[in-house]
Amino acid sequence: MSIAEMTMTEDTRTEDVKTEDRGFAPGVANTVLHISDVHKSFAGLHALSDVDLEVREGETHAIIGPNGAGKSTLLNVCVGRLKPDRGAVVFDGEILTGKSPHEINQLGVARVFQTPEVFPDLSVLENVMVPALSKRDGSFKLNPFRRFGAERAIREEAESVLESVGLQAQLTAHASSMSRGDKRRLELAMGLIQHPRLLLLDEPTAGMARHDTNATIDLLKKIKEGGMTKVIIEHDMHVVFSLADRISVLAGGRIIAQGTPDEVKNNPKVKEAYLGEEQV
Amino acid sequence: MQNNSPMKDWLLLFGFAAVVLCLPIILEPIGANYPDLLQKFAIFGIFAIGFNILFGLTGYLSFGHAAFIGVGSYVTLWSFKLLTMNIVPAVIFAVAMAGLFAYLIGFISLRRSGIYFSILTLAFAQMSYNLAYSVLTPITNGETGLQVRSIRDSAETSLRDGDIRIIDQALGIQEVGVPITNLFGMKMSGYPGFYFCAILLIICFFIAQCITRSNFGMMLKAIKSNQNRLNYTGIHTRPYLITAFVISGMYAGLAGSLMAVTDPIAGAERMQWTASGEVVLMTILGGVGTLVGPVLGAGLIKYSEQKVSSWNEGIITDFLSFLPEPVQDFFVGVASLFVGDGWHLTLGLMFMVIVIFLPGGLMEGFRRIGGLFSRGSKAPAASETAPQPAE
Repeated sequence: MSIAEMTMTEDTRTEDVKTEDRGFAPGVANTVLHISDVHKSFAGLHALSDVDLEVREGETHAIIGPNGAGKSTLLNVCVGRLKPDRGAVVFDGEILTGKSPHEINQLGVARVFQTPEVFPDLSVLENVMVPALSKRDGSFKLNPFRRFGAERAIREEAESVLESVGLQAQLTAHASSMSRGDKRRLELAMGLIQHPRLLLLDEPTAGMARHDTNATIDLLKKIKEGGMTKVIIEHDMHVVFSLADRISVLAGGRIIAQGTPDEVKNNPKVKEAYLGEEQV
Repeated sequence: MQNNSPMKDWLLLFGFAAVVLCLPIILEPIGANYPDLLQKFAIFGIFAIGFNILFGLTGYLSFGHAAFIGVGSYVTLWSFKLLTMNIVPAVIFAVAMAGLFAYLIGFISLRRSGIYFSILTLAFAQMSYNLAYSVLTPITNGETGLQVRSIRDSAETSLRDGDIRIIDQALGIQEVGVPITNLFGMKMSGYPGFYFCAILLIICFFIAQCITRSNFGMMLKAIKSNQNRLNYTGIHTRPYLITAFVISGMYAGLAGSLMAVTDPIAGAERMQWTASGEVVLMTILGGVGTLVGPVLGAGLIKYSEQKVSSWNEGIITDFLSFLPEPVQDFFVGVASLFVGDGWHLTLGLMFMVIVIFLPGGLMEGFRRIGGLFSRGSKAPAASETAPQPAE
């Protein structure tokens, strides 16, 4: 298979590729997302170089790093917004590199944006029902005579997801009239309703008050119990250390450290590059 | 947006149908109850409803929809010339061909969005217009326009000048003089022609209503709202856009076909960019994204085209005869610029006033008036639910 060949030749850690090929290896958690040897440069600036990253099934993997370290670029490479110059992103045996955003989403990768991206002209409920329909009906379905909102199952699911993020009081409000924090929660609901196998969160709590941040942390912890794999990009160390199972530290487009929160905290390179300034 | 229960939709549909079918009575006081104008109302209503499916729902502004009108007209004429004067096959072929044509143009134009999309559609429409006018003369009869003729005597006569009407001939239908379009024997000019168009208008309204309220329609609205986000939500927006483009192209093809049904001649001028621009005006004037608005806009523009352009200085002088003579002369002088051939000035002024003060079109005006009346009981919420203005 071409995927296997590709990862074999381009990746040095062949052990993991084998576990991936077998589907499941007892004792070792399955690798869901495999970023191997990804390079990306913009007009000579190396935004990402030699990035290797594995995200295991069910874990919450945080990517941290100072501003301009390439975190968002990495996420954009994963969801098909950017095409890497070299290297590959493999999700559950499928190469994502070169696929378009909707194909990647249909494979089970949902993304929550850094600046909230919602449908401003639609109501809150409609905002959540659109991704639910996309999950059920696929990337295109011509059903001009099926009334939107008439299907109770989807409507109820949307309502319950909105309740879990605390927006149940605003179902009919226009998304454009919401506060930034509410938009973030709405976007989270839009991601959650798709029950993605991998949820990519780009600073899910940026711009939120401490109280809302804690609510979001609780919510994300709850999802974790459901077994959803998550990748979080985050500045807030409080959020990172409350949620992450493993952390990768990105600096200058390279991964300088990887490991459990404790390992990363005590890594001198990380302290030098990043944590020192943040005073954890 | 949540108040569109199925019940309300049925009421709207029946109300709309009732008004359309009673138009000959309703429009009597303003002198617009003659079949020719009524037919125009219905035909351009269909055109505008179809255009609104693309522009109102997805926000993609096409400047080339007149091309589909042209395709619909020519196909209809050829069906009259080759097959039968019965309008049923003509209308079906016209809609199908317009759909095919729309697919080709949409497939290419929808590679771009925003202003580039508009310009691509404009370019295609102008290309079609010029083709119809010159290169494709054997099919379109160029400047003269394609017309229904009597059955040709010999095979040497070109098909443009003599028809064959295979089906009618096989059925042994006798023709005296220039044949007239019919629906299984019922002639399609005058009031029967209007009622045929009116029934199609109601069906078209119903289909547009279904689309607007459906899952499919919601995806189109989501494209308008935030297409990028929709891509990341797993929706492939391109086939949605192409489908919407084809549907609205088919509406335009139907409108073109009906023009040829009520008056069996097809000329290239129907495809000119001004005709494409006119439907944009109709939609914006009535209210982009609303169901009834585009029909109202079409009616208003066609009414002023027919009426204001027929007014002359004499009518204005009569109207202002209560004023003292010098004042009257002044006002007549000014007002006569805006009537007759100058009716486009009136249209332009009307358009400016509506876009500036009522960006949601006539429908927003009605909603505001409705809001004034209900303000006593309810909070000022009514005026805030106005739709987003057009870009």
